[in-house]
Amino acid sequence: MSTAVAQNRGLGAAIWDYLTTVDHKKIAHLYLASGGFFFLIGGLEAMIIRIQLMKPGNDFISAGLYNEMITMHGTTMIFLAAMPIIFALMNAVVPLQIGARDVAFPFLNSLGFWLFLFGGIILNVSWFTGAPDAGWTNYAPLSTTSPGHGVDYYVMGLQISGAGTLIGGINFLVTIVNMRAPGMTFMRMPLFTWTVFVTSTLILFAFPALTVGLFLMMFDRMFGSAFFDIALGGNAVIWEHLFWIFGHPEVYILILPAFGAFSEIFSTFSKKRLFGYSAMVFATVLIGFLGFMVWAHHMFTVGLGPIANSIFAVATMAIAVPTGIKIFNWMFTMWGGSIRMTTSMLWSVAFIPTFTIGGMTGVMLAAAAADYQYHDTYFVVAHFHYVIVGGLVFGIFAALHYWWPKMFGRVLSEKLGKWTFWLFFIGFHLTFFIQHFLGLMGMPRRYWTFQDGQGLNTGNLISTAGAFLMAIGTIIFLINVIYVAVKGKQASGDPWDGRTLEWSIPSPPPHYNFKQTPLVRGLDPLWVEKSEGKKGMTPAEPLGDIHMPNPSILPFMMSLGLFIAGFGFIYQVDNKVWLALVFIGMGITFGSMLTRSLKDDIGHHIHKEDLEKGAGE
Amino acid sequence: MRGWMRKFRSLILFGALTLILSGCGVDNISALKPEGYGSDLIFDLMMISIAIMLFVFVIVMAIYTFVLIRYRQKKGQEDFIPKQTEGNKALEIIWTVIPIILLLVLAVPTVQATFDLADKSGQTDEDALTIEVTGNQYWWHFNYAGQEISTSQDLYIPTGERVYLDMKSSDVIHSFWVPSIAGKMDTNPGENVNTMYLEAYEEGVYWGQCAELCGPSHSLMDFKVIAVSPEKFDQWKEDMQNIDPEAQPETASAQEGQELFQNNCMSCHAIGSAAAGVGPNLSNFGNRTMIAGILDPTKENLVDWITNPDEIKPGNQMPADLVSEEEASKIADYLLQLDHSEVTPESAGGNSNEGNNE
Repeated sequence: MSTAVAQNRGLGAAIWDYLTTVDHKKIAHLYLASGGFFFLIGGLEAMIIRIQLMKPGNDFISAGLYNEMITMHGTTMIFLAAMPIIFALMNAVVPLQIGARDVAFPFLNSLGFWLFLFGGIILNVSWFTGAPDAGWTNYAPLSTTSPGHGVDYYVMGLQISGAGTLIGGINFLVTIVNMRAPGMTFMRMPLFTWTVFVTSTLILFAFPALTVGLFLMMFDRMFGSAFFDIALGGNAVIWEHLFWIFGHPEVYILILPAFGAFSEIFSTFSKKRLFGYSAMVFATVLIGFLGFMVWAHHMFTVGLGPIANSIFAVATMAIAVPTGIKIFNWMFTMWGGSIRMTTSMLWSVAFIPTFTIGGMTGVMLAAAAADYQYHDTYFVVAHFHYVIVGGLVFGIFAALHYWWPKMFGRVLSEKLGKWTFWLFFIGFHLTFFIQHFLGLMGMPRRYWTFQDGQGLNTGNLISTAGAFLMAIGTIIFLINVIYVAVKGKQASGDPWDGRTLEWSIPSPPPHYNFKQTPLVRGLDPLWVEKSEGKKGMTPAEPLGDIHMPNPSILPFMMSLGLFIAGFGFIYQVDNKVWLALVFIGMGITFGSMLTRSLKDDIGHHIHKEDLEKGAGE
Repeated sequence: MRGWMRKFRSLILFGALTLILSGCGVDNISALKPEGYGSDLIFDLMMISIAIMLFVFVIVMAIYTFVLIRYRQKKGQEDFIPKQTEGNKALEIIWTVIPIILLLVLAVPTVQATFDLADKSGQTDEDALTIEVTGNQYWWHFNYAGQEISTSQDLYIPTGERVYLDMKSSDVIHSFWVPSIAGKMDTNPGENVNTMYLEAYEEGVYWGQCAELCGPSHSLMDFKVIAVSPEKFDQWKEDMQNIDPEAQPETASAQEGQELFQNNCMSCHAIGSAAAGVGPNLSNFGNRTMIAGILDPTKENLVDWITNPDEIKPGNQMPADLVSEEEASKIADYLLQLDHSEVTPESAGGNSNEGNNE
């Protein structure tokens, strides 16, 4: 039981601080940095793909390497870039928005991060030994028969990082249910928190399907079982079902928090409360629910028969209704408002037409019979990039510009932000709009090369040019981040005239977030107080000692153990000597778990007197 | 009168869309230029969905543009606090109900088309032609059920009638796709036989491709569907049924090639009506539109292909350096004279690779 830990400085101390932190705000930094790093790797892979497809018959990279590129591009972007950046935002914002001092399980929060990171590292180590090449969907039997260890890396990497995601999801579910400030009923929760709540529920139900699928695949490839081996009575289509039972909700896991961020941004920069708040909440829950019912729309051409295809077609179309409700409510939030075109508002505004196009092609794809033409073509590639980039990546950029001051205490440069936006936005539409037509003109996806004389040359060239613009836009964003870190000025607690609780405390927040837990008296609680002429929140409790958890290296060690064991599992196929790594790795993990169980760690208190002096801020 | 006007307007919109979109792509591979029953049906469904979607898009963009222009914060109004509206029940019901109606309008033809394309009732007909399609890394095998015809890569079908396909895979999942005459269907390994049908309206050579990632040479797994008139098709069928795999070629080089082929290649390949082996059935090879699906059918290319298959189609099963270049040249002479039928891709309107670009 110590008082507030003294602040040591120096690089070593700072690294140790991040390795052991259980503070959700620092974990947010970690998620953002590693997610951002993987985003750059995934982007580099995308550029190589587009360079290869710049002209017909190109041989910039070999066919085998190309398949590794597309596999790693998809896997990296979904699991290692999009998910962690979403988790960065969740960690940075949700506890603040609900007026909590922490998440429900700070230790698990840290464990979730390290599991994700070590899983991601395993996946990318495969670049040095032969990467997975069966597509990000990893269909059997292409994956089970893929030579080398590429697919093993996929299986181990995703299994470990998936466990981290599942832990993170459960943590946020409990946090949101249990730790809301007094007065914050469910129907007063900011929409971002609502979407994180639904997303966490989806994680809870979807990721186990992936876990099971990956275990079956792992046993097939490493221990001689035959779940997917037809010759021994297995069934290859089962993988497709398991993958998409996870994979389809995954799309909504990603997109819903972006919807939440847009809702906050539209509302703040229009100076209006969200139009149709309760309808928005209902739509969010409905999208989450329907997201589970439609996985087979990825499998219309598998041969499920017309009855199954029709059912899944109609169920899929139904999702357009709640999504449409959202689009109209966003526009009516701006209606009658006073719109400020900041960079984050620019991204949000650009999201509406882009995502509408993505949604429309989604409905087109849902028409099962028509999907017999669209499926596995560039039309699909165009569609899901419109949804995932136009929805999620636009959302991430919008949210980062919006919450950057809260996360880092500095406001990003608006000027550089707008450059990023316009280059990325124009580049994006150049790259992907034309791909709708390429697909309909007969270009299947995952093609290493296309032949001359099929009318596909111009479209592909334009698409590649657009990709370069997106890359330049991203580089300018990086410059912006570095420039602001070096030259930026300290941001105020409430730089945007915000409406929700996170803007009622300093930027960046002290590590206990709220000196006194706020009393929530309505939707947009800070706005409620401001409109009554008050400067800050009314506290719900007197000033008192604050209990905080202690930092711990154990989450790092547990993940490191699994990381080591992962290599053991992969290579014991070649030589049983590698089993040693399995035992060492699992030993480290179980040892850390034992330590955690046996050692009493009841955290520390920040005393009332120190709070009054402003310590720890 | 006004209702009539509205119908007329949607007809114009529909027509304009058709015109614009059908300007896209090459005749024999574009899904936007339907040349058969399946692709035609799907094209109509596509047009209905695009029309509905454009209608929605126009409305969204109209509100969007208005809002962004009208409600931008103006200079000197920084302190203006807008009215905090909670929502509007009537509006919200409208934008819930209208999309539901629009989706129902789309759902009905979708379900109809889905069942239509899965219709197998004609397959029980005695005259119906059923072809067993097998996907392999990275080539297609076609076995004409009950006809004792076996071929690879080039699929001959008669125009104007439904040809049923029973499809499976011998290794990984592939997907059979001929955009201009039908949609696509996966070929699964195991006992999972999928069915679909092809019906081409006109004679022609239609390009097909594999649409499901199946390995390094996925993008090189091309095939052609050659639609010929029923008369020509009967002729072709008869010619194919009467192949004598042992027939002596005319030139000396080709005769040597035949012997080399029988000694080196027959363990994987076959000529005549034999079923699929490890490699493609090479009956009718001299008439093929392409070598290995992607190379122009010249002798030079064929020799190249025999000696260096992995450079042309990475990851394929054919061993390199099985024969010397000289031997390959003789085998090529032999294979290129295997033109068992007068009915060729040219008689269906040529290898329409040329002249149709955009």
